[in-house]
Amino acid sequence: MHIMEGYLPPSHCIAWGAIAAPFVVVGAVKLRRIIREQPQMRLTLAASGAFTFVLSALKMPSVTGSCSHPTGTGLGAVLFGPSVMAILGAIVLLFQALLLAHGGLTTLGANCFSMAIVGPWVSYGVYRFCQGMGLSMAVGVFLAATLGDWATYVTTSVQLALAYPDAASGFTGAFLKFGGIFAITQVPLAIAEGFLTVIVMNALTARTNLDLPDIKPTALGTGRGS
Amino acid sequence: MMISRRTNYLMLLAVIVLVTAPLIFVHGKFGGSDDAASNAIAASQPGFKPWFHSLWTPPSSEVESLLFALQAALGAGVIGYVLGRMHGSARERDEQKKKNSAPG
Repeated sequence: MHIMEGYLPPSHCIAWGAIAAPFVVVGAVKLRRIIREQPQMRLTLAASGAFTFVLSALKMPSVTGSCSHPTGTGLGAVLFGPSVMAILGAIVLLFQALLLAHGGLTTLGANCFSMAIVGPWVSYGVYRFCQGMGLSMAVGVFLAATLGDWATYVTTSVQLALAYPDAASGFTGAFLKFGGIFAITQVPLAIAEGFLTVIVMNALTARTNLDLPDIKPTALGTGRGS
Repeated sequence: MMISRRTNYLMLLAVIVLVTAPLIFVHGKFGGSDDAASNAIAASQPGFKPWFHSLWTPPSSEVESLLFALQAALGAGVIGYVLGRMHGSARERDEQKKKNSAPG
């Protein structure tokens, strides 16, 4: 779940917005380049965006007795590299802020940073690491999606702890408090997202090798592809 | 990436277990974690009021769930369309290949 409208002080809103904006702009440029130079990837790109759209609409119950939703950004981060997800994630967050009163316009920068930037970059890094370790693609995709999802909510906890440090225990105490709400709730959901991402990735790549000769994500990740 | 059909079903089963187990074993209200966070902020900062409000809020939880369902349906529809097209064109090419390699 994202940081609610009006819950971050204006200075924090501006700072997170300033940090997130360049990532979103670079992502938009890269998205245009992929559409222009690799038109055959448009369908996969649409599926990656749609996956985030679906998963962030599904609020699921968790072990803490409250609900949260997955992010779905790991799939696109593995397929296209992390920067493309910055723009796709931002679109999803904007949709939810405007139509669902979920998240918010003032907290859009902070929420973009956690869900559309940190999550995808962690997913991408974990995936590359798993490839380097010689793990199978399925294991790599699972860990990438799971840890990327989880990292998003750890980031949300950090952002709230920075804004509302505990009177007695400061940032650390506040981080543990918000982490107990967001990060713990997210553990089973992140694992569920990992499984769902592997299932969809498998469906996208299993019978379609002819269409996607370069599904090797590292090649796509650098933006060169075919 | 090839995963056996069995593994696929096992992973789906795992997702179902992960989501339903808390409902069975945990006694909670299952409100949103963002509400839990705003309660925590209100508890630590008495008198706190958010300084900005959503421009538009769904008028009822029914309308809100309509919009969430719409969001999921749109996404699922696109994924289904993409998978269908990809698999369809892959099969078409398989058949084309067979035709070309067949003698005469």
